[in-house]
Amino acid sequence: MAIVLEASNLVRDYHIGGTLFGGGRTVHAVKGVSFRLEQGKTLAIVGESGSGKSTLARILTLIDRQTAGELKIDGETIDIAKTGVTAAMRRKVQIVFQNPYGSLNPRQKIGDVLMEPLLLNTDMPKAERRDRALEMLTKVGLLPEHFNRYPHMFSGGQRQRIAIARAIIMRPSLLVLDEPVSALDLSVQAQILNLLADLQDEFGLTYVFISHDLSVVKYIADEVMVMYLGEAVETGTRDKLFSNPEHPYTKALFAATPRADVESIKARLARKAALASA
Amino acid sequence: MATEIIAAPTAPTRFSGLREFWYYFSMNRGAVIGLVVFVLLILVAIFAPLIAPFPADQQFRDFIRMAPPFAGGTQPQFLLGTDEVGRDILSRLIYGARYSLFIGFFVVTAALFTGVTLGLLAGYFRGWVDALIMRVMDIILAFPSLLLALVLVAILGPGLFNAMLAIALVLQPHFARLTRAAVLSEKSREYVTSAKVAGAGNLRLMFITILPNCLGPLIVQATLSFSNAILEAAALGFLGMGAQPPTPEWGTMLARAREFITSAWWIVTMPGLAILITVLAINLIGDGLRDALDPKLKRS
Repeated sequence: MAIVLEASNLVRDYHIGGTLFGGGRTVHAVKGVSFRLEQGKTLAIVGESGSGKSTLARILTLIDRQTAGELKIDGETIDIAKTGVTAAMRRKVQIVFQNPYGSLNPRQKIGDVLMEPLLLNTDMPKAERRDRALEMLTKVGLLPEHFNRYPHMFSGGQRQRIAIARAIIMRPSLLVLDEPVSALDLSVQAQILNLLADLQDEFGLTYVFISHDLSVVKYIADEVMVMYLGEAVETGTRDKLFSNPEHPYTKALFAATPRADVESIKARLARKAALASA
Repeated sequence: MATEIIAAPTAPTRFSGLREFWYYFSMNRGAVIGLVVFVLLILVAIFAPLIAPFPADQQFRDFIRMAPPFAGGTQPQFLLGTDEVGRDILSRLIYGARYSLFIGFFVVTAALFTGVTLGLLAGYFRGWVDALIMRVMDIILAFPSLLLALVLVAILGPGLFNAMLAIALVLQPHFARLTRAAVLSEKSREYVTSAKVAGAGNLRLMFITILPNCLGPLIVQATLSFSNAILEAAALGFLGMGAQPPTPEWGTMLARAREFITSAWWIVTMPGLAILITVLAINLIGDGLRDALDPKLKRS
């Protein structure tokens, strides 16, 4: 399988402060992360808040540039500090954000939301853009009559579908999903995850899936990378990582997951009873 | 096929927004009264030659300083009396409405255009652009506005057009500040990042993505500035720096009538009342707009 994404030693530093009286300090948000990802696979990046997940996502989607390290997408080395971001690069990477209420422009109709990437990056005629947008709208499970509506008329799940449609309308080779379901309720989460899985099959999309929800990761990921304080502490296939976590942080992370199966509830109640009688 | 399906729902969605706006606007009775008065004023200004009983500068030398009929005047054709050179005050006020409204529109357009552009640049690019623009705005705001306008007119030379330019310059920092603040809060929203990832350039991000989302407070500020502009133009006219006689501009009429304030009160009262009513009506509309456009004040 072709390697879509290859990162070696990605580093991102932020300089903070730097007032009149003292130099600022440097925060290392991402400290040398390396990984590679094959076409059609899903890499899940797991970690707590502040572990550098979202910073990594912003580097991968070419929103921010890396401080050091090399990023290859489709075998091409990309350094936006030198070349800027071209339309060809836009076509390769797209992103879906966490908050479906903030990621759509409230004054932009859904149709315009979907046609904007085509308008800006291709020289497609208007009718063709419209057809593509309508096609994409139905692909993500919405109806053609939603084309002329504004975002406030949609639910969270529907908005996330729109955001997904916008992201894949350019047929990117890589789609970065920054906690795409954590703002949605459980039943809608399942629908969106199924939609993502279907789209991956249909278009051969490669996902980088950022999440803190391990049950979601277990469902969708092929490979998992655990991040802690800006470092990738453990990388492996999903089965290996979930059955046999090696790094202490990974173990701690899995142990912190609340469990809701009958056995663990019984065990917890038993512990409580033991504590009460003691 | 698809085109037929999607053509239909456009109209109801657009109008439902308008209808909702009108619902909240019409809850405010003062705003509706203001709107009615303002629309009447616009009609009066447009059809001035048809409505006014006499031309604005026609003198009736036999009836100088004639009191209005309701105050003991003997000439019922001069509804609001005549001024110090025998011109019909009502006609002059009607023609003066054209000047006042034109001043309002011109000043607000000019101030809105430059202020929004500067605020957008400052808020979007931050850094030294922001510092430079906002410090200049602070300097303009540090002067009492009328004084600054007076100085500008003194430099440019008295006249209605120069007065309007000066007022626009004085009012423009308010728009710049408001726009900058709105842009700062909108710029960090995810839809802006999304548009950036979709490939939108700086100009598109500023004017098409961000600006439409900052319009609410700007509309309110524009209406309030409209009345401010009329007031300041009248003040400049009163000080002899605005429109020059015999232009029937309300402020200029006031200035000429000052010496008759004890002997012929109607000459000075009528233009003053005209300014008062216009400014009050526009301010009421502005308040209504603010309530209707601010989601926090909406009763659901």
